[in-house]
Amino acid sequence: MKILVVDDERDIQMLFEQRFRKEIRQGDMSFAFAFSGEEALQYLDAHPQEAVLILSDINMPGMSGLELLGEIKEHHYVPPPIVMMITAYSDDDNYNKAFSLGADDFLTKPLDFNLLKEKLKQIGHV
Amino acid sequence: MRLDATIAMIICSYLMRRAKLGQIDQKWLSFFQIRFYVAIGIIAVGFLAESYANTIIQLAGLALLVHIAWTLYKDDTFKAMRWIVWAIIPYVVASAVALVIRFVTPKFYENWGDYIESAVFCTIGWGFFMWLYSRKERKALEEEREKLRRKEEEVRTSEIMQRQLEIQVSQRTEALQQQKEELEKTLDELKSTQAQLIQSEKMASLGELTAGIAHEIQNPLNFVTNFSDVSAELIDEMIVELDNNNPEEAKLIAVDLKSNLDKILHHGKRADGIVKGMLQHSRNSSGQKEPTDVNQLADEYLRLAYHGLRAKDKTFNASMHTDFQNDLPLITVVPQDIGRVLLNLITNAFHAVSEKKKKEQEAGRAFEPAVSVGTKKRRNDLIISITDNGNGVPADLVDKIFQPFFTTKPTGQGTGLGLSLSYDIVKAHGGELTIANEPGIGASFVIRLPYQPS
Repeated sequence: MKILVVDDERDIQMLFEQRFRKEIRQGDMSFAFAFSGEEALQYLDAHPQEAVLILSDINMPGMSGLELLGEIKEHHYVPPPIVMMITAYSDDDNYNKAFSLGADDFLTKPLDFNLLKEKLKQIGHV
Repeated sequence: MRLDATIAMIICSYLMRRAKLGQIDQKWLSFFQIRFYVAIGIIAVGFLAESYANTIIQLAGLALLVHIAWTLYKDDTFKAMRWIVWAIIPYVVASAVALVIRFVTPKFYENWGDYIESAVFCTIGWGFFMWLYSRKERKALEEEREKLRRKEEEVRTSEIMQRQLEIQVSQRTEALQQQKEELEKTLDELKSTQAQLIQSEKMASLGELTAGIAHEIQNPLNFVTNFSDVSAELIDEMIVELDNNNPEEAKLIAVDLKSNLDKILHHGKRADGIVKGMLQHSRNSSGQKEPTDVNQLADEYLRLAYHGLRAKDKTFNASMHTDFQNDLPLITVVPQDIGRVLLNLITNAFHAVSEKKKKEQEAGRAFEPAVSVGTKKRRNDLIISITDNGNGVPADLVDKIFQPFFTTKPTGQGTGLGLSLSYDIVKAHGGELTIANEPGIGASFVIRLPYQPS
């Protein structure tokens, strides 16, 4: 399962690689990283049909996570990727907006990796 | 002849009038009244008596005249009337001589009597002339006195005026002093108001930051939490690997663990730096200059401003670009103060681009808001530029933007002090704050700071 993580904090890459160490080693999951919304779109255009799941931060300079979500849903990638939004502010505004734009899930920072793992496993099984 | 007594009577009546007019002391009035009646008495007796008594009557008249003359001569009260003495002495002497001649040699008198009589009349003429002359003198004296009196009057009037003037001057001085004190008080009040304004401006800009600060602290704290969490997990895995006799794998995990600890330290310091920066910002500037890394300062405030605005307005977004010269030498400045300038200019830039974005969206046009901060060393100066692609400053307002209290924001939203304070701070560092502006295209604020202020 290919997962694209979008966040402007570069250390997120190291964190994910350690957290999913086993899964990566066993080949269950592979990760790609983009550090802005624009970079994420570039990646999706360059690697169509690869990413099954996109994990995106909302609060990023330039193109925000919500804008990215809108772009992805409008682009009609095939197959349509699952998009999970992550934000430090779990306010209703962001939450509602994310779902109205077609987000599949909504997570808050700091990330609960055990919960995330559970969700990823469920998606992987489906 | 009753001439002597008549003259005495005239003189007495003259002196009585003087006494009545107050030119001589009142006590002399009765004195001359008595002499006046004595003179009348002598004249009356002269009419009644036989001719043989003429000599005695004449003697009495002369005696009265001499007595009056003596009185006038003796007493200083009559200084102004001394002329009377000089007027009658010739007559008295002449009459006395005539009397003696008639008495001693009646024959000689009969022959020369006309001449002697004429001489006596001449002395009367002399007396009359003296009277005329004294009158003229007196008039001149009177005029002189009048002049003196007027002068005295003038002096008195001018003294009164002077006193009035002095009173007025002292009143004015008092009023001025009072005004001066009031003005000084007002000035003191203004100074303290200014200090309060500067502080409240600082607090207002801090308010803009709070959400950004929260976000900027939250992020590193998240990493601290996540990295310590994952490290605990890695240790479990390491134990498993060691149990399975897999030292190579365990070593790899140890390397990861070490870098995780580095990350925890790094993010802990990052949060620490932000809190310190915030405290520095809210504190009254100590004015202490210290070698400062402007790149770090600019980066910090760029992020704080961005996240601060972002937290306040969810729709706000802009891309941030930094163009820092990496080998920039440290510059000796008051970091809080320069930080405030940067914060102000960056916040303004973000406001400008988000304003433009709203307008462009309403017009249905696409717009990519962007703010960039650049640093570079140019000769002996450090140049910091904050550039945005907003609408710029309208040409007619460019001259006003550094003036205190000038703001285009609605009342209550901007203090109007941001740019003016920034300008003052840069000036105080011996530098310059300028604007390169293209209305409709964007604005670029340029801070020039000398490395060694003169």
